[in-house]
Amino acid sequence: MLSGLRRIFRLSVKELRSLLADPVLLAVIFYVFTVAVVQVATGLKFEVESAQVAVVDEDRSDLSRRIVSALLPPLFKTADVITPAQIDPGMDSGRYVFVVEIPPKFESEALAGKRPSIQINVDATAMALAGNGAVYIQQIIAREAASFLARSDHAGAAPVDLVVRSKFNPNLNSMWFTAVMEVINNIAILSIILTGSALIREREHGTIEHLLVMPVTPLEIMLAKIFANGAVIVGASLLSLLFVVHWGLGIPIQGSVPLFVAGAILFMISVTALGLLLATFARTMPQFGLLALPVIITLYLLSGSTTPLETMPAWLQFVMKFTPNTHFVAFAQAVLYRGAGIELVWPQMLVMAALGVATLALCRKRFASVISAQD
Amino acid sequence: MTDVAALENVTHVYGRTRALDGVSIKLPAGKMIGLIGPDGVGKSTLLALVAGVRRIQSGSVTALGGDMADARHRAACAARIAYMPQGLGKNLYPTLSVFENLDFFGRLFGQGRAEREARIADLLASTGLDPFPDRPAGKLSGGMKQKLSLCCALIHDPDLLILDEPTTGVDPLSRRQFWDLIDRIRARRPGMSVAVATAYMEEAERFDWLAALNGGKVIGAGAPAELRALTGEKTLDAAFIALLPPEARVDHRAVVLPPLKEGEGFAIEAENLTCRFGDFTAVDHVNFRIRRGEIFGFLGSNGCGKSTTMKMLTGLLAPTEGEALLFGQKLDAGDTATRRRVGYMSQNFSLYSELTVRQNMVLHAQLFELPEPGASSRVKEMLERFDLEGVADQKPESLPLGMRQRLQLAVAVLHKPEVLILDEPTSGVDPVARDSFWRLLIGLSREDGVTIFISTHFMNEAERCDRISLMHAGKVLAVGAPAALVEARGKPDLEQTFISYLEGAADFAEPKELGFVAARASGEKIRRFDPARLWAYARRESMEILRDRLRLVFAFVGPLTLLLTFGYGISFDVENLAYAVYDQDNSLESRELLENFSGSRYFSQKPDITSASEIDRRLANGELKLALEIPAGFGRDLVSGKSPQAAVWIDGAMPFRADTIRSYVTGISQTWLAEQQRRRGLTVAASPINIETRFRYNQAFKSVYSIIPGVLMLILMLVPSMLTALGVVREKEVGSIANFRSTPVTRTEFLLGKQAPYVALSFVSFGVLLATAILLFGLPVRGSALALILGAALYIYATTSLGLLFSTFLRTQVAALFLTAIVSIIPAVNFSGLLVPVASLSESGRLAGLVFPCGWFQEISIGAFTKGLDFWRLAPNLAVLLAFGLVYQLCALAALRKQEV
Repeated sequence: MLSGLRRIFRLSVKELRSLLADPVLLAVIFYVFTVAVVQVATGLKFEVESAQVAVVDEDRSDLSRRIVSALLPPLFKTADVITPAQIDPGMDSGRYVFVVEIPPKFESEALAGKRPSIQINVDATAMALAGNGAVYIQQIIAREAASFLARSDHAGAAPVDLVVRSKFNPNLNSMWFTAVMEVINNIAILSIILTGSALIREREHGTIEHLLVMPVTPLEIMLAKIFANGAVIVGASLLSLLFVVHWGLGIPIQGSVPLFVAGAILFMISVTALGLLLATFARTMPQFGLLALPVIITLYLLSGSTTPLETMPAWLQFVMKFTPNTHFVAFAQAVLYRGAGIELVWPQMLVMAALGVATLALCRKRFASVISAQD
Repeated sequence: MTDVAALENVTHVYGRTRALDGVSIKLPAGKMIGLIGPDGVGKSTLLALVAGVRRIQSGSVTALGGDMADARHRAACAARIAYMPQGLGKNLYPTLSVFENLDFFGRLFGQGRAEREARIADLLASTGLDPFPDRPAGKLSGGMKQKLSLCCALIHDPDLLILDEPTTGVDPLSRRQFWDLIDRIRARRPGMSVAVATAYMEEAERFDWLAALNGGKVIGAGAPAELRALTGEKTLDAAFIALLPPEARVDHRAVVLPPLKEGEGFAIEAENLTCRFGDFTAVDHVNFRIRRGEIFGFLGSNGCGKSTTMKMLTGLLAPTEGEALLFGQKLDAGDTATRRRVGYMSQNFSLYSELTVRQNMVLHAQLFELPEPGASSRVKEMLERFDLEGVADQKPESLPLGMRQRLQLAVAVLHKPEVLILDEPTSGVDPVARDSFWRLLIGLSREDGVTIFISTHFMNEAERCDRISLMHAGKVLAVGAPAALVEARGKPDLEQTFISYLEGAADFAEPKELGFVAARASGEKIRRFDPARLWAYARRESMEILRDRLRLVFAFVGPLTLLLTFGYGISFDVENLAYAVYDQDNSLESRELLENFSGSRYFSQKPDITSASEIDRRLANGELKLALEIPAGFGRDLVSGKSPQAAVWIDGAMPFRADTIRSYVTGISQTWLAEQQRRRGLTVAASPINIETRFRYNQAFKSVYSIIPGVLMLILMLVPSMLTALGVVREKEVGSIANFRSTPVTRTEFLLGKQAPYVALSFVSFGVLLATAILLFGLPVRGSALALILGAALYIYATTSLGLLFSTFLRTQVAALFLTAIVSIIPAVNFSGLLVPVASLSESGRLAGLVFPCGWFQEISIGAFTKGLDFWRLAPNLAVLLAFGLVYQLCALAALRKQEV
């Protein structure tokens, strides 16, 4: 047992040496945990923020000007006032997601109680933004119209004061979300590619054969790959979380960092094991690349780190429950944003550990048959 | 012209190693030239410089009357030089058949169909390969691979044939046939010069002219007889040693084999050992017993089952039938204790090329758990004994074959095993080093009682074995002491004996003489761009991928799976949000408010909350996304018009979801309020204005209309770039890049040829995806179908070019795979409008999207599918995609070097 651990350690050192010997790999790992995180965190907004709106104001009245000036940051960029002819090109090119059309005589008809129509054009292909943005614009217009007309016609106070508060991210700043999720997504990409390709390389170069005539078991070989690559990835992601996300981008971390690291280790084990498992299904590097890519991208998009799990059909949510990512995303959100302690997140940790063990067991089973297979 | 090539003061350095040190030499034309010398003296480098496949560092090299530093001259004479690199069949394509490999080379040299077929028929007949034109090159034996490599080199009637250790690892019969073949070809083409690097003096005897190299310098040159006369030695071996500077003259003694003391018991026993792969029987009921301390030689033609037998004895392969015993016990592959007793060296180099020589040895010492103070000194001792101290801190890939073999040997004996299983350990090792190695083996056997099971192609090594076994086609033909076998067969020596055994058993085809196809008219201009050469590469690449079923399946099934998964999986219609209620009032009014939530399809109710702290807990563990808190007295206050407060807690961890919840809650509360007011008889003040919201392009506001075009963009970014990303870098790792370097194919032809099949494949895949989108998801193409199809073609062109670019400047497959995945995923997912419209990206985000083709295609995809845009609206994007493709391609061209550095 002890000597087994020692051998795993020695093999891990070897893996680390291989990894460190490749400057391109190191450069990409560095990029992924620094620049890419900042890029995605600062570049990507899922909530309605600074959306570009245009207004066609054919009324040019006090009311219409009020509406234009009420479309304000942070939700919207200062609205562009455009002509009717500019609507189609502006929307076709994706420059404007929303265009508000205020017809002539809007104000006077409103004052006369004729209920004039105001139109909001929404680019429905901009899914993430369109629905929520339209609701906000409707509310803004309704509010402005109501308060404008209230000068002449008093409206009663609302019968109920509904106080809506967001916990954990009061301003719903999406950077808090995307920065951390990008770190998690990167852990998954790196884990799968690094360990999987490390195994394929050993097979293509014939070194695996040499390992297997030594007093080393397949499990030890697999664990060494997992520990070496995992240590680098967990280390890099922790540094990224502390220095890039927390310190650099100023995003608060609510929960316990050691608890997060513990979860990250479990996740890393199960996802690197997944990488190894994929590698046992491929014989060459080109095959591995084509096999790993769809898996990676599926984990990236469907584990709840990008779009909410609630948007997926039930069968897909069920399938995704068998991936470690879904549980780690839930775990990380709970720990980092909501300050959850181990008493709340142990179920996710347990599932990740179980998935890791199951994947490793499957891997080990395939390993022997794969090695002896003749090319 | 009397010299075919000349070197003037040429120095070549790899890191700190001087491979060539101020070499000046003239190679005479029309001769059979041999470069002799031990491993790592610069033979390969010299030949590569003459062939023009390696860049000259300093000094000047001329060949075929021109300066090899001049790219134009190299291009002009590429068709007159043939270069066969070191290593068994390294420039062959394993999945292509014998005929197809030759056909590929014929095409590279611009030969027409009739000429190719005639030449191939001739070459196959004269090498005895004609019975197997359809056998994949990867399934050929080593000797046959070398013959095929030679055929590939000869297909264009070169004026200068350069062979780098062509017979290393080839069995004696094949070796003899190989040299006979060269002689016959030279007889027919007397003007042809042949330059051969070899470590075997017996081969060098038959050459016309020799240059002896040592330590990067030429230490002697001339005909074999001249060299012998010069040094006054009788053999070339001795002459070479005499030419060495005094300090380098190793203590050269003959190897003597002391008699074997009769050991007790058997170390290795094979009983009816059989191994089948499918319907091919590699090893067929093999029986032998090896006594303890015996040196047992294993001889046989290449591919006869020697390696497979050895693998079964190490436990790497499980026998299909029969059993292998090690020290009287059945071999258990899982038993690590037996592995400690065995040292194994495989035929191919199987140590870590990314670790240094010393690190490799230390790793092995550690894995075998040699106790510490001894381990370091053992590593040191082995480095000394195998003469590896000088290169201890270099990586094996920079070492010549012979040194790598020595390293493997050193590693195999490092842990002092009781049994050594060595698969062609001395292939490619120079004679002096081989002798010292054998002294070591004999010492191990006779002094330490180590049992040695060794396969070899060298007869003088076989003679040193206690017993040998001759194997052919999976069967053992004879076992016995070498002398006894020679006597039984009545032949003069072991080599003749061996060949006679083989010829008796074998189906070796006799080479036939055919009329040689007329040589190409000399002076024919080499075209600077030849579509035929491009086609040769494209055709070969297509055949390779069509035969790689797994890759083909992944290339089609992967994208389709993604389209289906994401088409059904990604949407922005957030539904079934888990919520729970903390109703402290429990009045009619509060229940009415809550009914609006429970009746909504957006929300799904969980068990009620019973305490304030529960709200926090259940939100924190992610169970709830929304909690409603209604204080006591809510109903009473409402009725009395006191405007009571109700609290809504949203989990803000995921801002998009929180945003959506907020807008749902607003909607529900407004409906409820209107209801309340009407109920209480208040006249509902109609809103003073009417707000109409028009969802353009996608009236039904269905996610699939915007997701599917985006997923198409994503897939066509990831998969095509991944297809090409490993194309060139893989050739670098495998070694077939040598063909690009040594044939007239230009960089443009090479790159376009490698790209074209993947563009076609990806385009077919796009067709499948498009059909799925239209037929299964019911997605109409509202706008310009032409723009969509043209856009997809240009986009695929750009993404495959991107993959190719990575492939040209990176050196390892792992790095190429990794970089391509990262560089394609991050912008395609985040900055191209897949999830978040480009309009709401920040400046930096938009910029990050603009510098990749994916965002530009997203506009075409969504414009043509959903927005119904016409061709001219999308034309600018088409132009941009084309520009991306061109820029990537030009960068790839610039990064690709025709010569090795």
